[in-house]
Amino acid sequence: MIAAFFERLNETQGLNFSVFYDAFDASRFLTGLWTTSYICVVSILASLALGLAGVWVAGGGSRLGRLVVRGYVQFFRNTPPLVQLSFFYFAVGGLLPRVSDGFGGLSPPVSGTGWAIIAFSLFAGAFNVEIFRAGIEAVPATTVEAAESLGYTRLQLYIHVVLPLAFRICLPALNNNLVNLVKTTTLAYAIGVPELLYAASQIWSESFNVREMMNVLLVTYVLLVGVLVLVMGRWEKAMRIPGYTT
Amino acid sequence: MKRLAILALTCAATVAASLAALPAFAQDSLAKIKEKGVLSVGVKNDYKPWGFLEPSGKIVGLEIDLAQAVADKIGVKLEMLPVIAANRMEFLKQGRIDMVIATMGDTADRRKIIGMVEPNYYAGATNVLAPKSVGLKSWTDLKGRKVCAVQGAYYNRRVTQMYAPELVVFPSVPDALNALQGNNCAAFLFDDTLIVSTLSGGDAKWAGYEMPLVSEDPQLWAIGIRLEDMTGPFGTLVKEMSIDWHKSGKLLELETKWGIKQSPYLIETNKKLKAAS
Repeated sequence: MIAAFFERLNETQGLNFSVFYDAFDASRFLTGLWTTSYICVVSILASLALGLAGVWVAGGGSRLGRLVVRGYVQFFRNTPPLVQLSFFYFAVGGLLPRVSDGFGGLSPPVSGTGWAIIAFSLFAGAFNVEIFRAGIEAVPATTVEAAESLGYTRLQLYIHVVLPLAFRICLPALNNNLVNLVKTTTLAYAIGVPELLYAASQIWSESFNVREMMNVLLVTYVLLVGVLVLVMGRWEKAMRIPGYTT
Repeated sequence: MKRLAILALTCAATVAASLAALPAFAQDSLAKIKEKGVLSVGVKNDYKPWGFLEPSGKIVGLEIDLAQAVADKIGVKLEMLPVIAANRMEFLKQGRIDMVIATMGDTADRRKIIGMVEPNYYAGATNVLAPKSVGLKSWTDLKGRKVCAVQGAYYNRRVTQMYAPELVVFPSVPDALNALQGNNCAAFLFDDTLIVSTLSGGDAKWAGYEMPLVSEDPQLWAIGIRLEDMTGPFGTLVKEMSIDWHKSGKLLELETKWGIKQSPYLIETNKKLKAAS
């Protein structure tokens, strides 16, 4: 039904939405959608973990730890993600030892998709460290002192008092950063990772339907980001304490 | 729900607006080019020696010489815009360039979109560049293996469907070659003309590489112009020049000048046209 409609649209109007009727193009686009979603989910989780770990170390007693986190944040926040990606894929990837590729030959141990996930996680993680720091610093010092006087250890203090409050404060900023991360995944195109932009450009360079594919791509990203925003919005609402934050 | 409806409407409006923006052009391109005093040509700048960057940053090569010849004939300045396979036809359709001469294969699908000038000025075929250590013997050896390629090339689809390699496609030739040298792929799928000239270039970094397969799917290269120019004065002029390049042996001379082995297609066309006159 849908395929027939789009095939007719192509014949009568010259609007070639090949992804909806050409099985080969459709499978490429779905692979792209899957790869993008996969990179997004893994990078989001890894960047959150990095952010939490970073802010934990930065707030700790170790001078060296603080310096390392500072260096990490400055480096990944102040260089373009595309440069980081190329650096990892072409420079770092070339230095790593080779592993068997299953055909008797040797190939690098990390694939393009792997490097994309690593680069994007580190990039977004650097911002997350700062976002969490802002949230933690906004927790009233008196609350922290009260908890300390009750005998909480540092870990307990974080888990039961600081983080629950800090999380609520930094959710809007976190939201922003994660939406950005989803959009940044298109850069993986530059190292041949079969994500959405890559799939779309493959299709339009063969079927010459740039305008149609651009629109499909835009709508797909609106939907992808929409899902993320919806989830984050729900979470924000569920965590709201009346009278604490807006 | 209301918010969703607004979102959907905004999307629909964007789609409609960009689909409606069909380009419209005046008919006589030759007069327009003369009036502007500039011939804009889409060329390759990463395809040695057809179109590549000199150390000084200037774009030179066999195709650049041809583009210059057309500009000289019309009596205007030549302006070159580096293009890649994925954007050259769109640039031409949008009117950003008047002509494409960028190692472009002449296919039936592309002929629906843009005009291909005959006689074709060159011919290539599909092959791969691979490290000798990979030991490829036939096209079927590519099955399931990572193969680097360049975005927008006409053979990507055919090779994927016939031999099922895992294609890793890059925006440009240098990216793909870098990836090949970093062992990110077992082979680099490309036009045999470029592979031959890369291997015969004497560069030490290609010493361990070979072109192991039998070239497939021979493909003519064409100068591209807009469809409406095909019957117009500009199309006629380019077509006449193309005949002359073959007949006078200019193309064969250019091959020698740029260190390319004389190709059977050019020798044959040269003979055919000479015999016909």
